[in-house]
Amino acid sequence: MIKQFINLEWKSFFRSAAFKKNLAFKIFLGFFALLLILEFAAVGAGSFFLIEDGIEDGAITGTDPFQVVNRFLIYWFAADLGYRYMLQKMPVANIRPLLYLPFSKSKIVKYALGKTLLSFFNLLPAFFFVPFSIVLLVQGYNPVGVISWHLAAVFITLSINFLNIFMNNMDKVFYPMLVILVGLGILQRYEIYDITQHTEPVFSFFYDQPWSFVIPLLIAASLAYFAYGYFLKQLYLDTGLKSKAKEATTEDLSFLNRFGSISTYLKNDIKLIKRNKRAKMTFIMGFLIVFYGLFFMSGQFGNYGKVFAGIFATGGFLFSFGGLVPSWDSSYYKLMMSQNIPYRDFLMSKWWLMVIATAVSTVLATFYLYFGWDWWFAILAGAAYNIGFNSSVVLLGGAYVKTPIDLMSSKKAFGDSKAFNAKTFLLIIPKMLLPVGIYALFGETLGSNYGFIAIAVTGVLGLLFRNKIFTLIEKIYKTEKYDTIAAYAQKD
Amino acid sequence: MISITNLSKVYNGVSVLNIEELKIEKGQAIGLVGNNGAGKTTLFSLLLDLIQPTTGYILSNDIKVSESEDWKPFTSAFVDESFLIGYLTPEEYFYFIGELRGQNKADIDALIASYSDFFNGEAVGQKKYLRDLSKGNQKKVGIIASLIGNPEVVILDEPFANLDPSTQIRLKKIIKGLADDPNTTVLVSSHDLQHVTEVAQRVVLLEKGKVMMDKVKTSGTFAELEGYFKGISESYAPTAAISEEE
Repeated sequence: MIKQFINLEWKSFFRSAAFKKNLAFKIFLGFFALLLILEFAAVGAGSFFLIEDGIEDGAITGTDPFQVVNRFLIYWFAADLGYRYMLQKMPVANIRPLLYLPFSKSKIVKYALGKTLLSFFNLLPAFFFVPFSIVLLVQGYNPVGVISWHLAAVFITLSINFLNIFMNNMDKVFYPMLVILVGLGILQRYEIYDITQHTEPVFSFFYDQPWSFVIPLLIAASLAYFAYGYFLKQLYLDTGLKSKAKEATTEDLSFLNRFGSISTYLKNDIKLIKRNKRAKMTFIMGFLIVFYGLFFMSGQFGNYGKVFAGIFATGGFLFSFGGLVPSWDSSYYKLMMSQNIPYRDFLMSKWWLMVIATAVSTVLATFYLYFGWDWWFAILAGAAYNIGFNSSVVLLGGAYVKTPIDLMSSKKAFGDSKAFNAKTFLLIIPKMLLPVGIYALFGETLGSNYGFIAIAVTGVLGLLFRNKIFTLIEKIYKTEKYDTIAAYAQKD
Repeated sequence: MISITNLSKVYNGVSVLNIEELKIEKGQAIGLVGNNGAGKTTLFSLLLDLIQPTTGYILSNDIKVSESEDWKPFTSAFVDESFLIGYLTPEEYFYFIGELRGQNKADIDALIASYSDFFNGEAVGQKKYLRDLSKGNQKKVGIIASLIGNPEVVILDEPFANLDPSTQIRLKKIIKGLADDPNTTVLVSSHDLQHVTEVAQRVVLLEKGKVMMDKVKTSGTFAELEGYFKGISESYAPTAAISEEE
């Protein structure tokens, strides 16, 4: 029976849509996964020495790197629980078809729980704890204590894994907890109240008393037992395996009617963003990117950094939402293609949405004024370029995006690897690099303000030629239409 | 109204549809029958320009559907769930389609009210998004949405599947009403021969992409169709028997 389960997993993994990509892309993806793992391992191994340096410099208060790690471990585990809550979901979808097959329910539950153990979320911490423990051993810490400490960390991670099973859909518990944790972090930062004083001894205890790893072991085991019981009770289509349905709310968006014929689509797009997890996440992310410019504050990139920041800060939504444009409507694309909808209106409504969002981002980015007029000019130039030029370029790239979007899942909100292809990649040049080039041409020769003006003027020119560009885009969308419909019809 | 000429669709060397000629008069109600893989959905997808024909073309009101978009204003369809927008409530979906078809909110409200017996107290007014409705209720919404704005061509792919018995009876009444309207051309496919012969004025039988029968409905049509499909299933029976003996 276990053989059957493994066989199922194997097929679901290798037959997933993500895997049916060309070889070059797989290698690329594998390379990135490896890089991430190596980075974690390097952090694990290097953190001991980094903290040691920090203590010597006086940047970190403490006597011993190990003790410092123990102090901050509470935040590590809190973060672990936090991002598991948001990202790790119970694999219920695969359970449904097993229900009426001749498996005992307890086997199904054990399989599902066992599956969560193998998840990426449990593996990733190992890349920190294993190298760090090895460094501790090399540095001459008591081996028995280190092993006990390490095992304790492993069992706490597993406890969090099982805890998360209960926590599914408990926003009322989760968000207050998040607020408390962030509050504690701030209190510690400003040295008002330090919770780590109380938690540090707990983690040190696992090292000092080598038998004590048994405590988290027992906790993990009992949580696993409770999770098993809980899950077993939930194994009905109308309880645990039910997808939650929220009560529908409607809102009056008739004020948008002033946009004329495209208002119909615009109203729809706003509902799309409001009512779908994935779209909502993208929307929020798009606006958080407003702060991206702060990365360039160190000044080592000079005005080029400002140009980049201007494009990014105002164009977050434009890039994240706009880059996937027809795909947002993928689940009902056939309707859009056979209904009484001229292509141009459909595209135009998306264009307006991006323009409005860019304008709002620009207003939000006013705070850059605090850092000087230069920054403000860069933001304005970036906004003009985004509105005039990039909004069309993004739609052009969208014509080649043929990845259906599952609106209900929030998993891939941080970027969809499948939407990545050579053509959309090439379009980065006009989107990001061209303004830098324009700046190089005018800013270096005539002075920085002329550089910003030149970027803005390019944007205005784009606006003047917008209808020409749109005719071109419309043509491409039409030739790609059949391929797009076929691609959207495929399910993951 | 609709004329099909030399229409064929080939996937990887396999012909899934091949119709030399088929003319549908304005106002006619066509019932399309055929087993799985007969080409019914392919034909509908071609009529809606959702796939490209390998050869030939379709004229709808003298408009070539693969070249112009001008057929869209007078054509409407419900083929499958991908015609529904999951995150809208049924009412919002009707308003959306209504706006696309030049109907105002009052028109739509009147339409919803006039079909209240069809919805049978379900589907509408439930504070639910379309994606949370049952398959049958989703279908009801899709079918009614395809009637918004008095389209001249209505295409319904298997409208009876997933519907409860009372709704099937009401749907038959609705489609018969459309069939009697001289301005509305209706294309309905179904696996249920009884339903098709009841609502259609003309029955077209597809088998492996080809038109095998095309007749104006008479009282003998049902028996004729049943005989045909019985013949197909029996023609496969001997081979099955042989393989069992081995």
